[in-house]
Formats: sequence, structure tokens, C-alpha cells
Amino acid sequence: MYAKDYHDLGTPAANGESVTLDIDGATITVPAGTSIMRAAALADRDVPKLCATDTLKHFGSCRVCLVEIEGRKGFPASCTTEVAAGMKVRTQSEALSKMRRGVLELYVSEHPMGSCPDSSRCELEHLAEQHGIGESRYAGAQTARHVHTPKPVDHSNPYFRFDNDLCIVCSRCVRACEETQGTYALTIQGRGLESSVAASQDQPFLESECVSCGACVEACPTGALMEKSSLAAGLPQRAVATTCAYCGVGCSLIAEVTDGAVSRMVPNRDGRANQGHACVKGRFAYGYATHADRVKKPLVRKRITDEWTEVSWEEAINYAASEFKRIQAKYGKDSIGGITSSRCTNEETFLVQKLVRAAFGTNNVDTCARVCHSPTGYGLKHTLGESAGTQEFVSVQHADVIMVIGASPTEAHPVFASQMKRRLRAGAKLIVIDPRAIPLVKSPHVEADYHLRLLPGTNVAIINALAHVIVTEGLTKEDYVAARCEKESWEKWKKFVAEAVNSPEAMEPVTGVKAELIRGAARLYAQGPNGAIYYGLGVTEHSQGSTMVMGIANLAMATGNLGREGVGVSPLRGQNNVQGSCDMGSFPHEFSGYRHVSDDSVRAQFESMWKVHLSAEQGLRIPNMFEAALDGSFKGMYIQGEDLAQSDPNTSHVTAALSSLECLVIQDIFHNETAKFAHVFLPGTSFLEKDGTFTNAERRISRVRKVIEPLCGYADWEVTMLLSNALGYPMNYRHPSEIMDEIAALTPTFTGVSFEKIDRLGSIQWPCNEQAPDGTPTMHVGQFVRGKGKFYVTAYVPTSERTSSKYPLLLTTGRILSQYNVGAQTRRTANLAWHSEDRLEIHPHDAEARGIDHGDWVGVTSRAGDTVLRVEITDRVAVGVVYTTFHFPESGANLITTENSDWATNCPEYKVTAVQVVKVAQPAAWQQRRQAAVPAKRPRRAPSPVGN
Amino acid sequence: MDVEHLVTMANDIAAFFDAESGEKAPDSVRFHISRFWELRMRRAIVEHLQKGGAGLSPTARAAVEKLAPVA
Repeated sequence: MYAKDYHDLGTPAANGESVTLDIDGATITVPAGTSIMRAAALADRDVPKLCATDTLKHFGSCRVCLVEIEGRKGFPASCTTEVAAGMKVRTQSEALSKMRRGVLELYVSEHPMGSCPDSSRCELEHLAEQHGIGESRYAGAQTARHVHTPKPVDHSNPYFRFDNDLCIVCSRCVRACEETQGTYALTIQGRGLESSVAASQDQPFLESECVSCGACVEACPTGALMEKSSLAAGLPQRAVATTCAYCGVGCSLIAEVTDGAVSRMVPNRDGRANQGHACVKGRFAYGYATHADRVKKPLVRKRITDEWTEVSWEEAINYAASEFKRIQAKYGKDSIGGITSSRCTNEETFLVQKLVRAAFGTNNVDTCARVCHSPTGYGLKHTLGESAGTQEFVSVQHADVIMVIGASPTEAHPVFASQMKRRLRAGAKLIVIDPRAIPLVKSPHVEADYHLRLLPGTNVAIINALAHVIVTEGLTKEDYVAARCEKESWEKWKKFVAEAVNSPEAMEPVTGVKAELIRGAARLYAQGPNGAIYYGLGVTEHSQGSTMVMGIANLAMATGNLGREGVGVSPLRGQNNVQGSCDMGSFPHEFSGYRHVSDDSVRAQFESMWKVHLSAEQGLRIPNMFEAALDGSFKGMYIQGEDLAQSDPNTSHVTAALSSLECLVIQDIFHNETAKFAHVFLPGTSFLEKDGTFTNAERRISRVRKVIEPLCGYADWEVTMLLSNALGYPMNYRHPSEIMDEIAALTPTFTGVSFEKIDRLGSIQWPCNEQAPDGTPTMHVGQFVRGKGKFYVTAYVPTSERTSSKYPLLLTTGRILSQYNVGAQTRRTANLAWHSEDRLEIHPHDAEARGIDHGDWVGVTSRAGDTVLRVEITDRVAVGVVYTTFHFPESGANLITTENSDWATNCPEYKVTAVQVVKVAQPAAWQQRRQAAVPAKRPRRAPSPVGN
Repeated sequence: MDVEHLVTMANDIAAFFDAESGEKAPDSVRFHISRFWELRMRRAIVEHLQKGGAGLSPTARAAVEKLAPVA
């Protein structure tokens, strides 16, 4: 059930011409196509309903919403009957009331009054009470379904339970699974009194195809499907709208609070990014915020081999500041630096980079986006003029051809994937370019028209081959390019991609993709007419990551697929605030708004506002910091919300660098792998404990609102201020809104942004300034941000990471739906029920050749290192390719990834590692020691406590 | 700084600009390095060149020659 005070209009909005009608004497004008039910609700003449809700198409089964229409016979259902000009509708009459009472009494026979654990939120009991029904004349074994066919309550899902006895078989859950989520896991089985909701083949929810998005729970009008956390906590006392802290979709959520704790999280139906939907992480996996592992007191130690000592905030901050001062006095001001986090708010990342530039006096600041989407910033800035995606998510509903490259939206961006699948079910075509058969390739009612199953590391070869077909077959949009792009670069690029070396036939042996598939996909995309490209880390995390992003932009420009709805180039950002952390000046060479530190006029603005001299020299990137640490010229780091030791490649190299630091200050909510090398641990705060903003993959700035008080006493931005003040550079913000005001004053694309405006509009997509006071949903309309779009020649350069007789397989990595990145959050929730360990996917042929059976332990060895994983044999991966997720530190996935990186940005090449896989008897000794030290790890599919 | 790693990085940058910029590739590589490499990295690669520049591709070498002198 949805929030009790939400005004549910019954059916979705329509968008036709205006139609005026009369409902119970009130005149109302609504778009043609609107149901009478919705029009009546808009006129505050709500019609009773049970099977209708405004997130789902009308169904017309409950017969409670009948109305009378002047001049028409009978009593039509208001949910299925559309408005008409001049129509006169009566929603209340004696005849209607009698019919409704009769129908409701039948429902009550199946769901007796007072049977819901929370009757005040049961739509049926509420309606029955309104109609004066206390009990049903039809109750009993012959007529009542719950008596006739009783079923045990299904408690299998860790987050919700299904009580068939409370179900009225309205099908709202089934339709939510189909229409909202697109999984089709639920159905109504049986007939009459035997009918009931079933998950998959009448399996427990946890064992079914259900992805636990919770849409069914929210759609349920009774207490049949209900969150266990709500059952335990009871009614909420208040609700706070905030923004999810998981992936880059940035779902707007409403946190319900009971007795000072979050008792339920529901998606905000006004949320522009998520359109009232959420996933198993955002809706349910928030329990980590109050997990017992949270570090709540500052910790200090002189050497990383010492035990931690709990100290006061003052002591910890003063120690960190004195150490940083000591190091700078001894080794120079550029001997220290800081890392901002894509998990923190815009205001927090802005403050950390300000601390580094203004208080440390160096530009040695970088962000975790370095290891994910830095090539997006470089590639899109150079070709189109702005380091950001071009569309808003709803744009996908206007796409005719959707191309997904190196991303698995159903696993990593599930709420957007549901929107995408809705468009695909409506007829849009799909091209998937991925080494792995991601779920989107074939799922209920969705099947890719082309799956270009390329070898890892050959993205640029594929994009050039696609371009070759489009150019040589005359599929380019010459008028568009002539009007909007640089002529010289266009001519040069056209000549380059037309060369025979870039043809699909020439590239077939390189990519492993049949030429005719590439030709078919190219023709399909070019002739859309609306072709939209969505891509992920399978594009960026390569030695040619930036080249590939440019290649994608080239393709979109050449086919005229930029600058309107339904087209575009959209990076799917991995973390909640990747876009924001990049926007806020976290890179060592750029201030906020992507302006180089060597630009005197820009630097002067910051110096004037910050009242300090700023360096014109760009600083070190994360991998360069490691290099400098190892050569002894970099000695101190302040890391907010980032676990470098687990998330960066070639772990032994990273840990050697971290071990060499004289002062490492970590600010995080949990002890992590990096903290093992830290001297000061400053407790961090979760998204529930602070105010601020996140910017999602569509450039949408949304509010994060404090739901509970910080468990450690300070929000992250306050801790950064404490450190800055201790270093002698004063920061005195009273609220994050003041930090945003400073960002707006210094950043041309943010000049119109303020907390007040975000609160008023709900969210804002930057650029938001004088030219676009309410923000910019679609970029590059009319012309590109850089003026003329620029084509870049993108020659395919094979990665130096190649297979050999010693390392004959290619390892690539990715995510799974229930876990998130390094797992620090989701590993501390009941999401372990779905995924409690990382596994190595291997093709049956490769497994057979090595004598490996499903579930065996295998040693995975690369040029960088080795680890042991349990194996899963599947043809999701091709012969010669293996795949793993990286959510568990004990997997050691980054022990085997190499230091290869993107030529332009140093983004690591996580997606291509040559490995050998051999059967072993057990995990490595270090893994066994680690597992023994983590007693909290639960067995796969074990029931878990409420609310985790 | 690990100069071997810097040489690899410079050569990777050069590989892109060899195709993109043709005869202007050394200027493009020099510009890229001057915009994105921190001072001690630039110093290290220039010192490496002064010692012979082993491993640098022709374009990368020409670019590093244009980088000097680094303060």
C-alpha cells in the first residue's frame, strides 16, 4: 500500500486535447483520454475503487467504481470509461450505493473486517466502513476464498510477506510486476474460489523470478503483501522526501519514520527520475545505515600496526591537522591530497575539493569517478562540449531504436531498466553490445534484435565498424551535420571510417562478431528514426575508454541523433552522485563546472570568493598519487567515503602505496579495506543523516533531506569544516544550502540553482541559469554546447592486455542487482539472501576443458596477482571469456586486475584482464582467514531479520 | 614516479593522436600532457628524455621535447 495521505487518482494521466464535462455538478476540464475516475478525483469527487491505482492501466474488475452517465444505459465502470465533452456524470446515488455495498460485502466475505494487521491503511476495510459494512452475510467455507482454500503465509522474502488470506485477487500486484517493473513474475492461478496470486510456478517469493522491487507490495490495496518493517513498527509519525544513495538513477524516495527510525521506504510518485518506482536496494536495503558495524567515535593511531584508540572529535581533528601540517613542512605542500566521494553530496564534495585547494594549497584532489566515468567527461566534453549525458530518462519513451553498450541496466540501473523495457514492449528495437548475454538480451516480452557479442577490449573496433556501414551506405544525416558540426573534422572522420580496415568484414576476426550482424545493427540504429545510446562502465573502463566515448558521440552526430527527445548519448552512472562529484570540481585539473585550473580568469573568481591564492598547476590523479607515494614524494591523504584498497585495480600496488603514507585520514561509515592503512578514522554519515543534494545520470539535482540525526554527531560536511578550521582556513557554513549558494555563485551551469528552487520544482537538471531558469532536460537543442560538434578520428588500438598460452581467458567484471559496488552497504543488509558471494562465470566448454564442475573453487591468476572464487558454469559468457562481480572483499577481484588504464584519463581497464583458471581445493589462506573473521556473513537464501 | 609507467602513458596518448592529428600529433600530445599531468610527472618524463628517452614512441618523444623546460 502506498502512503496513506496520498491522493490516488485511480488511473494514469492522459495527454489529449482538453475536454470539459460535469461531475456531480462540478465543471472540470481534463485531457481527452482521461478516465471518468481520474477526472472525478481531480474534481474532488473521488469514486470508490479497489482494483484501480494511478500507477497502473485501468483493469475494470472490482465493480466498485460504477457511475451513472446522463443519456447512457446501465452503470459503467468509471476506470475504463473515458471522459467526453459535455458528459454529465453522477458518482453518488441510491442505486450506486446499493450496488457498491453488495460488491463490497462480497469482498469482505474474503477479507473480514479487522483482519488486516493495519486496518487503517487497508483500502477495502476503509471503503467497507464508509459504506456501513461490518461483516458479510457470505462468510463461510462455501463462499469465502480464505476459508475455502487457506494457504500458509509466505515469509520467504526478507523484506515482505504474502498472506493469501488477506488477498482479494484484484490483480494490482500482478499488473505492477508487469507494467511497472516488467518482470512478469506474478500471475493469478486457478479460478473462482481457487484463484490466488502465485509467484513463478507457485513458488515461495524468494525462490521465484521475483526481483523484490516491491512494486507489488506498494500496489496491494490490503495487507496481503506488506513490508515486514511496517508490520513490526506500525504507523509512521512522519515522512521525509529524499534521494536514494545507491545507483545513478537517483530515485526520489519517501522515508517513513516511526519512533525515530525509518520504518518504510517508498518511491516518490512525483519523482521525475524514477516515476514512482524503486528497486530492491533503494526500497528495502537501507538497514546498513543503522548497522552495528557503524563507526560512531573518532579513532586515532600513530602507526598502522597499532590498535585504534577512541578519542574525542577535537583530538582526532587536531591530530590530523597537525600531521598534515608537519608533512607539508617537511615534504612540501604538494605532498598531501584528498579524495572526494560519489557517495557523498554535492555540497560535501565541493567542500573537500575546496579544503584541498584552499586549505592544503594544492590541486591534489581527485574523485572515485576517476575509476569509472572519467572517460565520459573527457569524451563528451571534446566532441559535444559538455561532460554529461544529453537526455532525461523519460526521453527513452520516444526512442525507436535503443542501443545499450557495456551496461546491464536491469542489474545496475534497475529502475531505469523498467522504463526502458516498457518502451521496448511498446515496439522499440534493441541493440545490445556486450561480451555477455545480459538479462536484457532476452527477458519476458523483450528480446534484442541484435546482440553484438564482442570480445572484451574491442569496443572501438565495433563502433568504427558500425560507423563504416553508416558512412559507406549513405545513412548519415548530411543536412544535420552540415548545420551543426565542424566541416573539417567531419570530412576527416568520414574518410577514416570509410577505410576498408574499419569494415565489419575486416573487424570480424578482431571483435568476434559476424559482419552481417554489425551491418544489420548499423542500419537499424541509423534509420531509427530516433536512435538512443545508453552505455556503462563496459565502455569507459578500457585502455581506449575515452576513444570509445568519442566514437559513440561521432555515431550519434553522424546520424542526427542528438538535440531532441528520444535520441542522445546517455552514460549510466554507477553511483548516486558520480555526475555531481565530477561537476563539483573534484578533478585535479578542473574547478567546478569543468574549468581548467590554469585559466587565470576562472581562478581569480575562486580566489576572490575564497580569499586565498590558488595554484595554477593541475594536481595528481588517484593512480598518480599511488605512484608519487611509492617514490616518496606523496605522504598524506584525506579520503572521504571511498575504499581505494578494495575498489582500485592491482590491490598489492595500491596497498603498498597506502602503507607508505605518513598520515592517512579516512572518513567513512564503516571500517573498510583502506582503513587498515589509516592513522585517523573520522566517522561518516549515511544519506539518511544529512541535508544536501545528489546529481543523477540525467544531470538532475535532487534534495537529500535529513531523516534521522547523525549517529556520530556530525554530518560529513561539518567534519570537513572542522578539519579546515583546524588547518587555519576558516569555513563557517551553517547549512548545506549556503554551500550550494557558493557553488551557484562560482559555477556558470549552476547559477540558478538553490535549495529553495529545488524544493519548489522538485528537482532541477543543470544547466540552470539565466538562459534556462528551470533547468535543461535535453541538451544540445539547436546547437552543441561547444558550438559546432567535433568529430574525432578513433583508431582502434588493441589493449596491451592480451591472452597468451599462460593466460588464455579474458576476465571482465560487472554488478548484480542485489549488491552494490564494493558491497559496503548491501553486504550489511538482507540482500545477502540473493547474493552472498562473488562467483566466476565460465562457459561450459572452458569448464569442461579444465575439469571444473559447477560450485567448484577455482584459482584465477593474472599477470597482476591471483585469487580464488567459486565457479558458476553458464553460457551467459562466451567461450574464452570469464566474468565476476566484485561486491565482496574476500573475493579479491582487484588482486587480479592490472594497472592498464585509459590513455586520456587513467581510468583503469577493469574490463579486460587475461587470466588462467584452474580447479583448486579451497579458497586461498588469506581468504579463509578473512571469512573466519566475518561471522556476520549469512548463508545463501537464509531468512533474515526484519528491516535489514 | 615510475618512469616506465609514464612512458607507457605517453605512448598511449601518442597512439590516439597519431591517428587523430596526423603531423600535428606531437603538439596534441604535448598539449594533453601539459593539461593533465602533474608537475613531477612532467619533470620525470623530461628527465627521462634527457637520459635518452628509452621506450618513447617517435610522437611521444617529439611531444616531450616540446614540453621542456619544466620548472
